[in-house]
Amino acid sequence: MTSTIPTRVSRDSEKRRDLLERMVLQGPGLLFITIFMATPITLVAIYSIFQRGRFGGIVYKATTENFTRALDPVYLGVLTDSLKIAGITTILAIAIGYPTAYAIAKLPTKWRSIALVLVVMPFWTNFLIRTYSWIMLFNREGLLNHALLKFNIIHTPLDLLYTQSAVVVGLLYGYLPLMILPLYASIERLDPQLGEAAANLGATRTRAFFSLTLPLTASGLIAGSIFVFIPSLGNFIVPELLGGGKTVMVGNLIRDQFLKARDWPFGSVLALSVIALVFIFFMLQNAVEKRFSSDAHD
Amino acid sequence: MTSPVKNLIEIKNLTHDYGSVRALDNVSLEIRENEFFALLGPSGCGKTTLLRILAGFETPLEGSVTLAGQDLISLPANKRPINLMFQSYALFPHMNVGQNVAYGLEREKLPKAEIKSRVEEVLKTVGLQDKVKARPSQLSGGQRQRVALARAIVKRPKLLLLDEPLSALDRKVRSEMQLELKRLQLEVGITFVVVTHDQEEAMSMADRIAVMVEGTVGQVDTPVDLYQRPATAYVGDFIGESNFFDGIIVPEGIKHASLGVLPGNRYGKDISGEAHLLIRPEDLRLAVSGEHSIPTMVQDVQFYGGASTLVLSIEGRSAPILMSQPGATSAQRGALVNLTWDPLKAIVLPRDSRRSAL
Ligand SMILES: Nc1ncnc2c1ncn2[C@@H]1O[C@H](COP(=O)(O)OP(=O)(O)OP(=O)(O)O)[C@@H](O)[C@H]1O
Ligand SMILES: [Mg+2]
Repeated sequence: MTSTIPTRVSRDSEKRRDLLERMVLQGPGLLFITIFMATPITLVAIYSIFQRGRFGGIVYKATTENFTRALDPVYLGVLTDSLKIAGITTILAIAIGYPTAYAIAKLPTKWRSIALVLVVMPFWTNFLIRTYSWIMLFNREGLLNHALLKFNIIHTPLDLLYTQSAVVVGLLYGYLPLMILPLYASIERLDPQLGEAAANLGATRTRAFFSLTLPLTASGLIAGSIFVFIPSLGNFIVPELLGGGKTVMVGNLIRDQFLKARDWPFGSVLALSVIALVFIFFMLQNAVEKRFSSDAHD
Repeated sequence: MTSPVKNLIEIKNLTHDYGSVRALDNVSLEIRENEFFALLGPSGCGKTTLLRILAGFETPLEGSVTLAGQDLISLPANKRPINLMFQSYALFPHMNVGQNVAYGLEREKLPKAEIKSRVEEVLKTVGLQDKVKARPSQLSGGQRQRVALARAIVKRPKLLLLDEPLSALDRKVRSEMQLELKRLQLEVGITFVVVTHDQEEAMSMADRIAVMVEGTVGQVDTPVDLYQRPATAYVGDFIGESNFFDGIIVPEGIKHASLGVLPGNRYGKDISGEAHLLIRPEDLRLAVSGEHSIPTMVQDVQFYGGASTLVLSIEGRSAPILMSQPGATSAQRGALVNLTWDPLKAIVLPRDSRRSAL
């Protein structure tokens, strides 16, 4: 009896120390998230149920009109288009990024870091400028058309710019490194002996890829997909520059509501719907990841 | 000239480099059908490299390997009727024990029921039947090793390569598994090649042992012959306990600088110049007066129940002399005793610079 009391006390103080430690370690992060994420989202959520002011701002009279308006086929269409574009971008990023990351991971150590620097090199230039340069390439008078005409592959210049494909190319170009890097990290971590063990047990290369490599790199694949899909979904620079007026993504729409139409409440509803989509997407991926690769790396 | 035993594997002049490191240097070996073959040698002598070439993960720089007369080198790893148990296990971390073991059988497209029963059977053999659902990360080192073993033997290959299969097991499980491996090998009729550091393990299990030295094969022989008739001083030193004396060759043995002529058996070998004399501890005995002997002093007496070992010293020599006797001994520490031996059992060997210095 007497001996249990001191241990309980010390266990309590241990717990308290744990709590303190956690506060110190996680505090700054939590504070950052509260200020820079929770606050704007709360504001947006509040805006969404009020009426618009005439020159922007809010009139504090509750309404559901903003939400019903978002269900208008025009806006739903923009939303599904955005999902489609972001989805295609992500799939293409996987298709290009996976082999690239794999090849980099198999390079000799010396070349690996050089290749990685090359992958992130585009980030050294402003995103806007890089996107602009695609206009030079894709223009009717641009380099690509020029070259194709010159080598007699085509006879009239192609309309490459201001299409959904141009938007996908722009987004893909912008976010591909974000797919390659996490994929590289998870592929590089793979034990090469696992592949040998699979071959030794009679697996073909294809079989070994699908039964070992893919599930063991699922975490990198999922991280990369999130990193590509979410900024693609919300991007408004690329559709503006490369999509022209024709391809409007939900990002443009939201920006226009706040800055041009000065309809903050409706803009907020659209923003919330994107957040909801992203959230659903996260949950889906979480479920997939659990199924695929729980404690895949110990 | 036809030999009654058939060779399963024939390795000829195999050489392999890793960059500038020569891992195997002109290795030639034959492994017979249904044989329990052990590769024994110190760390880094190329044992794993040899297994990796047999399994098809490395392409040798030079040399040929045939399996049942067919060229093996050109066959891709996944087509070889050979299974390897990896030194580092290489278990699939995202699969449970059952899935790991079943993986190789699934590749053979066997019926599900057969896979299931064979997996259950092999897990029972290695004593892991209640861990079917566990992930490798949830197992102890010894348990992982047994999963790796199960995954390799369940395929019943022509040739089973085991890289240090029992090193992580404690003594008791280890000797159980040794018996189990031996039983399996006799029962299923698989040819085993086992790599081990542990010479006792090799001696007790193997039909023949190859002693490897720095990428070469020193000697291939049965355990008894390796022990009684080592071809080199290195092998004699490596296998079992030994007492070495260095000297110059003379007709009856060697001539030691301070101890004079030490008689030994040359086994008909032509040796000249510097030589070693190897005497096993159990071949030494206390001399009766008048016999040719060497004077020593008892440093220590170790009694192991069934046998005892005397640790003896000779003036001017740093390495102790070991002598073992059945039962207890009456010798006391500090006593002066004279040792002698049967010259037929003392082995005269040519000088070998690789033998660890005395
Ligand atoms: N991948 C590699 N790259 C470079 N050198 C290697 C490689 N693998 C092995 N070596 C070298 O080749 C030699 C033989 O190695 P190996 O792994 O075959 O030894 P081993 O006999 O299996 O040793 P151990 O008993 O420690 O497992 C060693 O000198 C080792 O350093
Ligand atoms: Mg090894």
